[in-house]
Amino acid sequence: MMGERVIGDVILDLRNISLAFGGVKALTEISFDVREHEIRAIIGPNGAGKSSMLNVISGVYRPQQGEIVFHGEHFARMNSYKAAKAGIARTFQNIALFKGMSVLDNIMTGRTLMMKANLLQQAFWWGPARREELAHRAKVEEIIDFLEIQHIRKTPVGRLPYGLQKRVDLGRALAMEPRILLLDEPMAGMNVEEKQDMSRFILDVNDQMGTTIVLIEHDMGVVMDISDRVVVLDYGKKIGDGSPDAVRANPEVIQAYLGASH
Amino acid sequence: MAFFLETLIGGLMAGMLYSLVAIGFVLIFKASGVFNFAQGAMVLFAALAMARFSEWVPGWTGVSSPLFANSVAFVLAGIMMFVVAWLIERLVLRHLVNQEGATLLMATLGIAYLLEGIGQGIFGNDIYKIDVGMPKEPVFVLQNVFEGGILINKEDFIAALIAALLVGALTLFFQKTATGRALRAVADDHQAAQSIGIPLNRIWVIVWCVAGVTALVAGIIWGSKLGVQFSLATVAMRALPVVILGGLTSVPGAIVGGLIIGVGEKLSEVFLGPYVGGGIEIWFAYMLALVFLMFRPQGLFGEKIIDRV
Ligand SMILES: Nc1ncnc2c1ncn2[C@@H]1O[C@H](COP(=O)(O)OP(=O)(O)OP(=O)(O)O)[C@@H](O)[C@H]1O
Ligand SMILES: [Mg+2]
Repeated sequence: MMGERVIGDVILDLRNISLAFGGVKALTEISFDVREHEIRAIIGPNGAGKSSMLNVISGVYRPQQGEIVFHGEHFARMNSYKAAKAGIARTFQNIALFKGMSVLDNIMTGRTLMMKANLLQQAFWWGPARREELAHRAKVEEIIDFLEIQHIRKTPVGRLPYGLQKRVDLGRALAMEPRILLLDEPMAGMNVEEKQDMSRFILDVNDQMGTTIVLIEHDMGVVMDISDRVVVLDYGKKIGDGSPDAVRANPEVIQAYLGASH
Repeated sequence: MAFFLETLIGGLMAGMLYSLVAIGFVLIFKASGVFNFAQGAMVLFAALAMARFSEWVPGWTGVSSPLFANSVAFVLAGIMMFVVAWLIERLVLRHLVNQEGATLLMATLGIAYLLEGIGQGIFGNDIYKIDVGMPKEPVFVLQNVFEGGILINKEDFIAALIAALLVGALTLFFQKTATGRALRAVADDHQAAQSIGIPLNRIWVIVWCVAGVTALVAGIIWGSKLGVQFSLATVAMRALPVVILGGLTSVPGAIVGGLIIGVGEKLSEVFLGPYVGGGIEIWFAYMLALVFLMFRPQGLFGEKIIDRV
């Protein structure tokens, strides 16, 4: 299924990250790296700190300690804007789409950072603004075709079933043409067929566009199938890191999963 | 019947202005979660700027044409509203991100007093007039349908038309441009909007600017009708029940709400006023809004209020 993918150098390096909410230690001294073009999974029982990790990378949460190195650039404090600018896109565990807006408009918002026309040009629908809008629109239509959602282009996303909303969420992130894509449980709540579709999209994005992917997923079958390397978190600590096979054989990991009775 | 229609039309025309002010209010609430008590003060400030600049410009430039004076005054007042928006974002909003709604509300109360104070400090606290050449004489229409026709106040008609055009232009802007789309995105979900790189600060300046422009236009229209004085701030706050009625988060709600309140005020003043005594138009809007709240707490078109992230 995979093409001629060549895993590259480290693109994202997380060093010694600690994050606490009051007394709750969500992350304790976590370090791991992500290589260019790879699919990196983060797994762990509920409350292990997976989403917190993603939120730290994308600048939603500020860790008390640690450093993020992305593409050679050091960030002690990331914020959402900086992250987006640097080429980090994400989806949310609880879908965070713009519910009142159409599928097309939602995905178009992903192009915001690439829009250069000024307010005045936009207000009067001036040449540069119009040309720019059309160019981005063409790109967005490609993404819509890729995700096979042409039939719902104009539908307000609030009216779509869950599985399709997840797909639109991915589309909006793809529209940013990110270097790295963070996916927080993209297949949660989906049936088998929807999961297969989503796995295929993720693999295609990785393969065809070369996008690096960090993925949180509970479905072990999916994780073992599509990821190159896996990080395992439990109670905010890293308890495993390596290839899917190595992680599966790791006694500490087995213990964590049996203990949490999954 | 003709008299009823006359009142109704008068109400609709007055209501259009409420709609305009209410839209500024709704935009700010949607984009920054701030219930902006300073909207009335902004109207006063803008009207003061317009009135005084149009007075001063002939002296500054030596050009005595009123058209020239009014145009320059309009641009200057517009620039002032932009500066106000920018300062509010810089000095207030930026530091209060993610605070409780009550804190933000208090902050806008502070902004209201500041604007009123500074406005009167710069521009004076007398009664000033704005004369943009609005026709004052009434006209009769539909004379072949009703005996004596229907009396329409030309000034109100033009005011309503300008307000309607501005509302239309704003709607188009929000639907058709990239910035409008970004603004709707922020209104829908702050966190998601940030994650795709939409700069909240910039959006806030833009919505406060738009609110400033609506305040300026409303201020000019009311100011030329009633004179520019302190009470203008109170007049503008009649838009408050409008947003309660229409729903805090809905632009169409602001438009329809404005029209309902406008009509309600005029009809109640004319048909109920004689029985319950004068001044009914002052409290009627609030009563209408309150009664409405009992049946639809989220307003006519509003969504349930969603927590900010
Ligand atoms: N914003 C927050 N405020 C307070 N505590 C938080 C916050 N976000 C996460 N936590 C806490 O941090 C810990 C880790 O949560 P996190 O959401 O990262 O887990 P997760 O691994 O994503 O779990 P799940 O599989 O259920 O999504 C939990 O104890 C959670 O309650
Ligand atoms: Mg999670």
